[in-house]
Amino acid sequence: MLQSLLGGLMIGLASSLLMLMNGRIAGIAGITSNALPPKMTPWAIAFVLGLPLGVFLYHQITGAPVSFPEMPLPLLIVAGLLVGIGTRMGSGCTSGHGVCGLSRLSPRSLAATMIFMGIAMLTVFAKGVIA
Amino acid sequence: MKEILCALICGAMFGFGLALGGMTDPQNIFDFLDIMGQWNPNLALVMGGAIAITLPMYQYIMPKLGKPILTVQFHWPNRTDVDRSLVVGAVLFGLGWGLSGLCPGPALGSIAYADSHLLVFVIAMLLGIVIADRSLTKA
Repeated sequence: MLQSLLGGLMIGLASSLLMLMNGRIAGIAGITSNALPPKMTPWAIAFVLGLPLGVFLYHQITGAPVSFPEMPLPLLIVAGLLVGIGTRMGSGCTSGHGVCGLSRLSPRSLAATMIFMGIAMLTVFAKGVIA
Repeated sequence: MKEILCALICGAMFGFGLALGGMTDPQNIFDFLDIMGQWNPNLALVMGGAIAITLPMYQYIMPKLGKPILTVQFHWPNRTDVDRSLVVGAVLFGLGWGLSGLCPGPALGSIAYADSHLLVFVIAMLLGIVIADRSLTKA
């Protein structure tokens, strides 16, 4: 519980710093889009590279075990495409809408967050019914 | 240069926070999304904790500053309409998130583990981003 809260506070600190220093929203899908060709913006590439660096440091410091997605490959490919296409079409993901958008009190982000969370909950429920 | 270094530090802090908050473990995501089962509310704390810092900073501190410290202006999104693209996109993302337990931040952060399954997901996700961006700019 405390760990989740601390993790959240750290994400909030990182999001706030990125706006305070660079004037940018910490929306991962949007930043990733800026890091990829054709744009390849240097600050966006640096931010994206920072993500695995932070995850690596966490496991080095705490020695916490690593967990992998255990799923058939075709399912992972379909899910990856859905996440990539969906977050760009919908202009944001869990961070861009869920953290930054809600912090901006944006009605668009509130709508998007409720929709993707609701659909994700339904998907998990449906998976349980099928399995 | 400072802007790039700062982005790298913010990315690393963000990644560290994701791992600390348990977001990089897909099972935690499934447990949170499974409201009909043994619901695990921890991820609401991650999101709540993040908003507890970001909201006051966005609402009270940034407007007083007028401009960011390293660059010329704040890049706030300016759209407010809930259009079809937003709704369809959120539905597709929700499906993918519910299927895999992975959203963009934790997926990219987990590249650190060099797991082949995860890399397949990330490549598909990056491909999806490029496909969507190309068709959105054409439209």
